[in-house]
Amino acid sequence: MFSLSGKTALVTGASGGIGAAIARQLHAQGATVVLSGTREAALQELADSLGERAHIAVANLSDPAEADGLVAKAEAVAGAPLDILVNNAGLTRDTLAIRMKDSDWSQVLTVDLESPFRLARAALKGMLRRRAGRIISIASVVGTTGNAGQANYAAAKAGIVGMSKSLAQEAGPRGVTVNVVAPGFIETPMTDVLPEAVREKLVGSIPLGRMGNTGDVASAVVYLASEEAAWVTGTTLHVNGGMAMV
Amino acid sequence: MSDIADKVKKIVVEHLGVDESKVTPDASFIDDLGADSLDTVELVMAFEEAFSVEIPEDAAEKIATVKDAIDYIEKQKAA
Repeated sequence: MFSLSGKTALVTGASGGIGAAIARQLHAQGATVVLSGTREAALQELADSLGERAHIAVANLSDPAEADGLVAKAEAVAGAPLDILVNNAGLTRDTLAIRMKDSDWSQVLTVDLESPFRLARAALKGMLRRRAGRIISIASVVGTTGNAGQANYAAAKAGIVGMSKSLAQEAGPRGVTVNVVAPGFIETPMTDVLPEAVREKLVGSIPLGRMGNTGDVASAVVYLASEEAAWVTGTTLHVNGGMAMV
Repeated sequence: MSDIADKVKKIVVEHLGVDESKVTPDASFIDDLGADSLDTVELVMAFEEAFSVEIPEDAAEKIATVKDAIDYIEKQKAA
């Protein structure tokens, strides 16, 4: 089940915790992975630890031209057409709306919503022709619930859902699926520094009684990337321990 | 047959996987050659790339037959 042997996958934001976990699991299922991000050294280190079938493609997704060119670049380093695109790269510029600068808004929308569109557009051209492909974008529970201090991020993540549903309708007749994984609270260096009381309260709101880990998210991506998920498109798989049942 | 017509025909054969004999000037992409709406968009994009022309959305909508495509591209190239 869930074999990805012979498939080529591009993972953006692969130097981050969730991105690296996604790349590792796709690779473990047999896929050739192209790791993208801005930090070349971190990408190379991950690629080295994976061994064969791992390549890197450095790109700064806040630059439209680099976003537009990344799929071609990934196919060039992998030496194969792209079967799986994982839009994982994202950034936050959290602050209450009344204090939010134009640049806080536009940077988040550019990297978290516009660049996934640019990548999907480029990937779809080949996928539609080959009549096969998987596009999986990582959103967030806050795209559904909203979150104080994250008007920009929540808007981008909700946008990912609407965009993916539209692309799913366009690409469906060609057997290409487009889906979303929406993580809840995931253990990362960022959540490690939360005060114990805050952490306890957070975990208390999660029926499954713990924070998620990056592997929980990666497993959902593996499923959606697999042949077994061939009849699943336009959906959002919520991976949040039951915190928001939507 | 002009070079443009020849090239258009080749692109249609390649993209739609139809027999060359079926790609007559009056052949409709959708009604005669089995294209769906995605195919027609892909064809237009292939024409744009092959001939280095831009085919705006409203013009693309009017390209229904092989001849429509040839005429449009010839006009753009002549201009």
